[in-house]
Amino acid sequence: MDNLLQINNGQALKRSTIPRVPFARFAELLDAFVKNDGFIVQFFALVEDGRNILLAVVRNTKLYVLSTEVGENFPSLTASSSEKFHMFEREIAEQYGITPVDHPWLRMVRYHANYRQVADVFGNNYEEDIPGNYQYFQVEGESIHEVAVGPVHAGIIEPGHFRFQCAGEEVFSLEIQLGYQHRGIEKMLTQVPMKRLPILCEGIAGDTSIGHNLCCCQALEALAGLSVDPGAQIVRSIALELERLANHIGDLGALSGDVAFNPPAAYFGRLRGEFLNLLQVLSGNRFGKSLVLPGGISQLMGEQQVKMIEDKLKEIEPEISHVCDLLFTAHTVQARFEHTGTVAKKMAEDLGLVGYSGRASGIEYDARVAFPTEAYGLLHANRNEMVNGDVYSRATVRREEIMHSMHLIRILLNRAGEACAKMTMSELTLEPESFVVTINEGWRGEVSHCLLTDKAGRIERYKVKDPSFHNWTGLAMSLRNQEISDFPLCNKSFNLSYCGFDL
Amino acid sequence: MLKIIRNRFEQGCKTTQYPKEPINLYKRYRGLPKINSDCDPATVRQCAAICPQDAILCEERRIDLGKCTFCGRCENVADGAFVTFSQDFGMGTSTREALVSDGSLPALAEHSTQHFKKLFGRSLQLRQVSAAGCNSCEADTNVLNTPFFDLARFGIDFVASPRHADGIHVTGPISKNMKAALIATYDAVPAPKVVIASGACAISGGPFYGSPEIVGDLGAIVPVDLYIPGCPPHPLTTLHALLQFFK
Repeated sequence: MDNLLQINNGQALKRSTIPRVPFARFAELLDAFVKNDGFIVQFFALVEDGRNILLAVVRNTKLYVLSTEVGENFPSLTASSSEKFHMFEREIAEQYGITPVDHPWLRMVRYHANYRQVADVFGNNYEEDIPGNYQYFQVEGESIHEVAVGPVHAGIIEPGHFRFQCAGEEVFSLEIQLGYQHRGIEKMLTQVPMKRLPILCEGIAGDTSIGHNLCCCQALEALAGLSVDPGAQIVRSIALELERLANHIGDLGALSGDVAFNPPAAYFGRLRGEFLNLLQVLSGNRFGKSLVLPGGISQLMGEQQVKMIEDKLKEIEPEISHVCDLLFTAHTVQARFEHTGTVAKKMAEDLGLVGYSGRASGIEYDARVAFPTEAYGLLHANRNEMVNGDVYSRATVRREEIMHSMHLIRILLNRAGEACAKMTMSELTLEPESFVVTINEGWRGEVSHCLLTDKAGRIERYKVKDPSFHNWTGLAMSLRNQEISDFPLCNKSFNLSYCGFDL
Repeated sequence: MLKIIRNRFEQGCKTTQYPKEPINLYKRYRGLPKINSDCDPATVRQCAAICPQDAILCEERRIDLGKCTFCGRCENVADGAFVTFSQDFGMGTSTREALVSDGSLPALAEHSTQHFKKLFGRSLQLRQVSAAGCNSCEADTNVLNTPFFDLARFGIDFVASPRHADGIHVTGPISKNMKAALIATYDAVPAPKVVIASGACAISGGPFYGSPEIVGDLGAIVPVDLYIPGCPPHPLTTLHALLQFFK
């Protein structure tokens, strides 16, 4: 693995130290890496002194970085090596107008003009209304019919389009076409004043406010040489776990509702609110917005807040455990959850699934364990045994993670007295010509931000990756040969972010 | 079956008595700001300078609650000499201008139209449209259907089709890519119809203001009847606004 430079999560280094190799070597190294239990964390383009650069951050048990220079196109790695590159290459094509030649499915990702103001790879004119103007994969034949859903959906959820190719009830293929939520965040992050960065990052995916903002703040801390008080690390970790709890519990309720078993749906719906309220106790906002700032936290966790969290956990932990038991032992629920939407381990590895979706298919990776940040270095991991890759496994992993998270919070609350100063947002001087990548295990999985600064210490390129960027393809694959009526259930078992994908 | 009954007893009835009985939110919740109009100009300018949303108007000594994300940074300046946040969650308004607040807001009930009260006071069916919302507003709207808030007891429901709806409830800064779908949904709602802009994003672009990829103001596309500020609005802010405006 010569040439790949090993780096650490959240550690800034000079851009000049990032290895730059010819494309052939780049392709060879990455090909070998992803075929030997290696996964892609980030793979994106940037312009450096007028030259097109591709930069890859990859991981096995460690983290590595590598870069290469390309012209207006490069031979697609999706075609020659692995499906893991698929979405990343489409994104590179859309963002920088650089064509991955022979990419098997080169389509738009988010419908926007590229950053280099060169000709659009897809031939779109973004003065026109483009979304929906998309060549779908189509199955042809006498008994084949197509079902189109979205972008506006029946529930209170974000927009996106799903295109099913079916024979009767059976789905042959599902193609998920997103981009409706695109707000241009990555570009904004390089242009707006620093005071706006945390609030923008909290809005990348509002259900992962803490996860994304932690990545942003850790990156800024690394580039500005700030250290974080141990007490603040504890509060940040508690907040990340509360976010995980709220989402996991809400989704178990929604899964229950999707199989028409209403009692747990109602109970989990209410219990989810309890965790949002605990985030409000910590931060004043039900999604933990405004809590995390570069250098620490905006509000301290005092005795009163500790007691409120402790008391609430004591009250609702048995309730959660009982409602879980009710849900998971109901035969009607088991009948719908088991063997539905299965993603086998091989498929999950080929796609590079992350988070509980990956763990339910037997990929153990948990960034809290592999690349611990904040207070996670001292905490024990969760282990899950249910790895069949179906809805039941994904639900079970989340059930286990709920219990595990509550346990972690209690451990962290016992350490609540550690030193911690209250932070306010200030202008930071960032190390010039530097690079940093941060990774945190958000509730959906691996969240990662990557920042590169220019000669003046301004952010030149800001790259965000939400775990949904990996996992949407997993959802599409889980629908193969399923009944279309199982789509809502499969969808909810992944519960991916539209805006996190669309940025 | 026994498990269902046992859980039912354990859960009990959790529905809030609001609005019959008041509800108090924890002190850290940031609701309607209290603004000190006698504050010295330097402090006000300091608050305006650190405001990530540029929501503070120095001369007028007002805060634009349509832009504000209630992050609370201004509260830390000079120990809240210019602004502190109350726990008053009732912040809905019927005009955009009213959101530019000196610390008070006009009583919403008096500014809603009798026409809407008569039409929708006993039954209001809304179609929710997320137009690039980050899923906080969506999630805290969804929460109104949980047993604690139980929105349906007021005759208010979120429905699946715009054809079945009396109006639309819009969240998000309205990405350019969602503009056409939003207008199509609005057009599909039979008149007379109401439009609700929920959250800082739908009102002003929220954290994304200035992005060329968004419209950033629902009022620029369709006429808005009700504004609900927040990032996201607390479920009680939404509930309060709906009850005051339509009941």
